[in-house]
Amino acid sequence: MKTNAGQMTVETSLQINAKPQTRKLPSASTIAFVILVLTAPLFASHYWLMAIITPVMILSLAGIGLNIKTGYAGMVSVGAGAFMAVGAYGMFNFAAHGGITNFPLALLLGGISAAIAGYLFGLPSSRIKGFYVMVTTLAAQFFVEWLFTKNAYFYNYGSVPTITLPPMTLFDLDINGNNTIRYYVVVIIVLLMTLAAKNIIHSHVGRNWMAIRDMNTAAGVIGIDSARYKRLAFTIGSFYLGIAGALWAFLFLGTASTLSFDINRSFQVLFIIIIGGLSSIRGNFIGAAFILLLPILIDYMVKATLGSALNPGFLSNMNKVIFGSLIIILLIKEPEGFDKMLRNLTGYIKRRKS
Amino acid sequence: MTAGASSKDILLAVSHVSLSFGGAKAINSFSFEVERRSICSLIGPNGAGKSSMLNILNGVYVPQEGLITYNGTTFERMEPLKVAAMGVARMFQNNALFGKMTVLENVMAGLSRKAKTTVIEHALGLPRARQESASFELKSDQAIDFLDLNPYRDLVVEALPYGIQKRVGLARALVSDPEMILMDEPMAGMNKEEKQEMSGFILDINKKLGITIILIEHDISVVMSLSDRVVVLDYGRKLADGRPEDVAKNPEVISAYLGTVH
Ligand SMILES: Nc1ncnc2c1ncn2[C@@H]1O[C@H](COP(=O)(O)OP(=O)(O)O)[C@@H](O)[C@H]1O
Ligand SMILES: [Mg+2]
Repeated sequence: MKTNAGQMTVETSLQINAKPQTRKLPSASTIAFVILVLTAPLFASHYWLMAIITPVMILSLAGIGLNIKTGYAGMVSVGAGAFMAVGAYGMFNFAAHGGITNFPLALLLGGISAAIAGYLFGLPSSRIKGFYVMVTTLAAQFFVEWLFTKNAYFYNYGSVPTITLPPMTLFDLDINGNNTIRYYVVVIIVLLMTLAAKNIIHSHVGRNWMAIRDMNTAAGVIGIDSARYKRLAFTIGSFYLGIAGALWAFLFLGTASTLSFDINRSFQVLFIIIIGGLSSIRGNFIGAAFILLLPILIDYMVKATLGSALNPGFLSNMNKVIFGSLIIILLIKEPEGFDKMLRNLTGYIKRRKS
Repeated sequence: MTAGASSKDILLAVSHVSLSFGGAKAINSFSFEVERRSICSLIGPNGAGKSSMLNILNGVYVPQEGLITYNGTTFERMEPLKVAAMGVARMFQNNALFGKMTVLENVMAGLSRKAKTTVIEHALGLPRARQESASFELKSDQAIDFLDLNPYRDLVVEALPYGIQKRVGLARALVSDPEMILMDEPMAGMNKEEKQEMSGFILDINKKLGITIILIEHDISVVMSLSDRVVVLDYGRKLADGRPEDVAKNPEVISAYLGTVH
């Protein structure tokens, strides 16, 4: 093997990585990503921070929540928006009615509200299967929309059915007005919760979820309580969705309503995990970035090629057609999503090098 | 122990168990006993009800009639989680591995029921949770090592050859320190060398680790060499039951087997 010094280090580091170890070190791409989002305020524009990175991070978190239920525990859910709504409305109501203006505490209570809702809607999942679990999640979607639109209590009897947080406290930081602080609150919460999700997935809990997903009968015979772990997946997944919903409502949108969490939002989160890759943590970020950036990119390309004189209605339809076609092509080419594609690619590059 | 117990140490006693699916009787008033630390083979043609019997023991199927006594306690029906907790492990005829998980993850799943840590401890990465995971990994690696599965440790199981998958199934069963393992055709589809290798593992598990084994196997020479006792099942009924050399001489067994193509 003829190599220069530079190649040698690559070879050695690959060998070290190949050795099994209990605590896997984060990959180079993970470290680069974390550094990038943490330093972005130093160089990125307000538009990038608040209109692109913030929503991508929040929807990635929602993706993790749905992935816990669908990707890891194998229960298809089309009600992601419902649990996001419970998180947002829960936080709002604890602040508006409960007088809890401590931001982290109210957010946590919002997440716990969503977790309880997830637990309740997940109860039938231990008795019914596949398609019917999906129907329950759809029922959750419509029930929650009805609950928060038709009962004025939940939007604090406002003249319009929308929710906006009262001024909140976060230590001595200005969470209400300062954009950089809002950005960091979102990024840090999402990163910490991602780390926690990774820990859970690599624990016996994550293995039990995947075991139930892959072979339910065998899981029971080796002593895994499938009903209990399905409920747990619903509870924890919904907690993640609830936190994501609250962040979406109050740190991204500012003011939200049930329209912010309708069935379209549910499908958006479902697309994120399908495109990024089921049962992959990194895939949620890839999927969310793809879903949010692609329309902007198509918009830009269409305007650049066909001119900006186009009818905006036509442009938005065009965007939908291209977006839909790209998703279909992607799923035919790589049904396991971008994360798999990326892994195949890095595997290919490593093989070429050796 | 019941008053009438003989000097034999019986770990499992199945008594007049019947099972039917709809109208079809799969098992008909079937009784047999398994001595502690022995290898008991269950043989019979395809469709005889062997796998169904194991499913009854695991609590996957519920018999219409009969009693099962395990370790001195008698049950009308078994429940999978309780059976696992009593120390009964299983190797499935179709492997029933967790396809998208690695060999290590499959084996570690066999230890899940022993987990004492909570999901929150894991989420926060607390020391107790990490220690438990590390000890599970160490224990799983021992099982992987015992079954010569080291080269496959971090590979996803669904892509592995059938014979290797069988061994993963055995490792998953073995890792939890079971008292008894129910093995459903652990050597199906294997060539002579692979069968010898698997027979060696089974003998080691029985003799060195003292684990009681119920073995379903079609290869008569394997059955004769491994078993302490052979029970023959034919269309849900017991045809013969005894020491391998006695069962082999049984004319009914010979005729039943001559009539079956494997
Ligand atoms: N889940 C089931 N539903 C209906 N019939 C079954 C089921 N499982 C097994 N059987 C039937 O029970 C009989 C015994 O099957 P099985 O126990 O798999 O036999 P063996 O393992 O001895 O080949 C067969 O006739 C089979 O078709
Ligand atoms: Mg069978």
